[in-house]
Amino acid sequence: MTTPDSQTFNKDQSTQEQYFTPNLSGRYKWDTVFASFTWLAVGLSVVILAVLLISVVWDGFPRLASDFWGFLTNFPSRKPEQAGLLSALVGTVWVMITVAIFAFPIGVGAGVYLEEFATDNWFTKLIEVNINNLAGVPSIIYGLLGLQLFVRFLEPMTGGRSILSGALTLALLILPIIIVGTREALRAVPDSIRQAGFALGATRWQVIWDQVFPIAIPGILTGTILALSRAIGETAPLITIGALTFISFLPENLQSQFTVLPIQIYNWVSRPQAGFHTNAAAGIIILMVVLLAMNGLAIFLRNKFQKRG
Amino acid sequence: MTQVSSSTELVTEAVLRAQGVKVYYGTNLAVRDVTLDIPFNKVVAFIGPSGCGKSTILRCFNRMNDLVASARVEGKITFHGRDLYASNIDPVETRRRIGMVFQKPNPFPKSIFENIAFGARINGYKGDMNELVEDSLRRAALWDEVKDQLQESGLALSGGQQQRLCIARAIAIAPEVILMDEPCSALDPISTLKVEELIQELKQQYTIVIVTHNMQQASRVSDLTAFYNAEATEGGNKVGYLVEYDRTEVIFQNPTQQATQEYVSGRFG
Amino acid sequence: MAVDLPSANSALWQPNRKRSKRVQFIVKSIFALFAIVSIATTAGIVLTLIYETIAFFGEVSIIDYLTDTKWTPLFQSQKFGIIVLISATFLTSGIAIIVALPLGLLSAICLSEYASPEVRKVLKPILEILAGVPSVVYGYFALLFVTPLLQSLFAWFATFPVIGLAVPELEGFNALSAGIVLGIMITPLVASLSEDAIYSVPQSLRDGSYALGATKRETVTRVVLPAALSGIVSSVILAISRAIGETMTVTLAAGQNPRLGLNPFVPVMTMTAFIVQVSLGDTPAGSLAYKTIYAVGMTLFLLTLVLNLFSFWFVRRFREKYE
Repeated sequence: MTTPDSQTFNKDQSTQEQYFTPNLSGRYKWDTVFASFTWLAVGLSVVILAVLLISVVWDGFPRLASDFWGFLTNFPSRKPEQAGLLSALVGTVWVMITVAIFAFPIGVGAGVYLEEFATDNWFTKLIEVNINNLAGVPSIIYGLLGLQLFVRFLEPMTGGRSILSGALTLALLILPIIIVGTREALRAVPDSIRQAGFALGATRWQVIWDQVFPIAIPGILTGTILALSRAIGETAPLITIGALTFISFLPENLQSQFTVLPIQIYNWVSRPQAGFHTNAAAGIIILMVVLLAMNGLAIFLRNKFQKRG
Repeated sequence: MTQVSSSTELVTEAVLRAQGVKVYYGTNLAVRDVTLDIPFNKVVAFIGPSGCGKSTILRCFNRMNDLVASARVEGKITFHGRDLYASNIDPVETRRRIGMVFQKPNPFPKSIFENIAFGARINGYKGDMNELVEDSLRRAALWDEVKDQLQESGLALSGGQQQRLCIARAIAIAPEVILMDEPCSALDPISTLKVEELIQELKQQYTIVIVTHNMQQASRVSDLTAFYNAEATEGGNKVGYLVEYDRTEVIFQNPTQQATQEYVSGRFG
Repeated sequence: MAVDLPSANSALWQPNRKRSKRVQFIVKSIFALFAIVSIATTAGIVLTLIYETIAFFGEVSIIDYLTDTKWTPLFQSQKFGIIVLISATFLTSGIAIIVALPLGLLSAICLSEYASPEVRKVLKPILEILAGVPSVVYGYFALLFVTPLLQSLFAWFATFPVIGLAVPELEGFNALSAGIVLGIMITPLVASLSEDAIYSVPQSLRDGSYALGATKRETVTRVVLPAALSGIVSSVILAISRAIGETMTVTLAAGQNPRLGLNPFVPVMTMTAFIVQVSLGDTPAGSLAYKTIYAVGMTLFLLTLVLNLFSFWFVRRFREKYE
């Protein structure tokens, strides 16, 4: 861009004109520098993500390529080349199903209560402020709560350091996310639909169940899946409640001891032998694929949902 | 356009001159074939129904349309005889010389002092800043009301005061022309009156172009009035065009065009 | 009463209103109970932490906890100077924010002000993916990619004639790699929250600035950013809080050596890393080590709570209200 000096416009009426020295070319130089820096920052973020993914695939893919089936169906082992993910995979499936069974109805129910039933009083406000604050509590603190409440206090029911204790801890952790997601989905349903339901003589609950839910359910599911994908990668709270890092048996019931994918990965990363690091990278690939699939499903649902709205 | 006939003869010296200006948004033509002159130290009012392109033309004069990625301007606009859209003309410098006041008061979330000092600072003002702020506020008839609260936020002022702050901000960088895009539409009647009085004052030193929906306002403050209208195209879009441009009393009392007559008498729009 | 309405044919219309009302009452009560679960969670966290922390301070003097400069709870001569763990947490979080602030804020500016809608559509999901990567993966990345990379970089610098002498050795566990990767981890948080704040600055302010003859950079840095300041500051505080509470990256990459000081090149132990270390061992309930992780947890909880509350307060206090 060419930059004219102030003589460009021949007419110069202003008595104050002499005081201004716009120095446009200098300012434009800084504009270019600044814009370049913002693009550099974005570029760097993209590059970092690429490096992260490539380094993991580079390290872990050979392990998957050489013995993919064995890696998925072997128990952990002292020998890296024989060690597999079986107990961690099965443990993750058990834990996630249990988390969903608890977190989905409670989270959606709480969301419906706050959005549809609750009047705007101090108690509702307290719950809202509280949910905001819970979202900021470090996940390891939930682990400390789970250790005290589920592992120790409720041991007769949960069986101590068990799948149930772990799942309940993670369910509490993702509850705020599901509640917020449910409320957003409900808020997106136009009020005219509720009014129409009331006008036909339905109770509030009948309106919610028959009219509001069918429209809001894709949004609610999206929020729930995103919350579950957060839970599936959580490590710290499960270590705190005492999930084991080395397990060579499959869980039989909810009171069994267990391990999960991220804990198995953590264990392999923290070993000194390079063979285990390869296993860790391979495990990360599996974990990321699962996460990507869940996120893909969530995005699919969201797009479907948005089209209708 | 043949309708625009009497305009040139009453212009002594044109500061801004539009010749056959067309504005497109994407592929849609928004305004077509506008030709008019803005004379030195006069107030020109743009009136017309919504969507007639009066604000669009206003924004061409200080190249604010450059900021809309899809906007494209055809035709010629000159400022003191120089083509505003020539490749060697810089939009930033143009805007410094041609100030603008917007529909809704938009003071920056800074102190009153900083609101006015901002434009001067970035444009390398070398004079005494305190003097400039006081002078600008005085010219905007706001000094007496805010002189004791210069460090308070511009957002703390009333709507009318905010708009006068925006005018003070505009004149602080010593423009020759001030473009006003419905400056009173968000104000109450008393604030509107103050701004109108201010426009009368500013006329001594500045050339002013004001877009307004309020015909009384146009007749009160302006020397010349341009009436724009819009017509629907086959595609369903509205295209604005200049119907008539003349001395304000001619437009309001003895317009040559039927459409102008109907609009100023309140029969449509 | 509905039954008195003449047109209602009572034989055909027999809505069981009593039943639907009872169903609604039951559903509403259960859902209200569910909503209370979130309150109960907070209460559970606070009560648990307080209960065990009080038990802890029954055995360890609070003065020692706050003033001791050694942290050796698992040794014979037990010392409980929490400042040791706090210094490590601040060190890694400090490095993290040095990385995340420029990276996240500039990305936010780029996305909001410079990127076209099409580019934005591609870049935002990338940030979302970065935010969704589990922390154990970042731990792997820090320990097995960033640390070796930095080590070879340090070694290369050490070969330079004069400045080479000043280059320290980077140990296998260190706060630097952990902090950098922690920074990468919280960058999406800074970026997306700041972008929300920047994007919501009214267009009229940008127009006002351009109309005064400002360039794009001047408009962004001197009008838009100050107008979005409260949102930006709050996003940065939330990110710091997240970094302080983060566990796996620092546990894996920063090490397990409780050491006072701010040297980023040696292993250190953060508060979260200590909790993991104790949890991995077999710690019977009621033991002092068990109580210690709750005391550390309480400290961590209070730190993050103060930051979160400050962030909320800051937004509410300094948010500019536009029409």
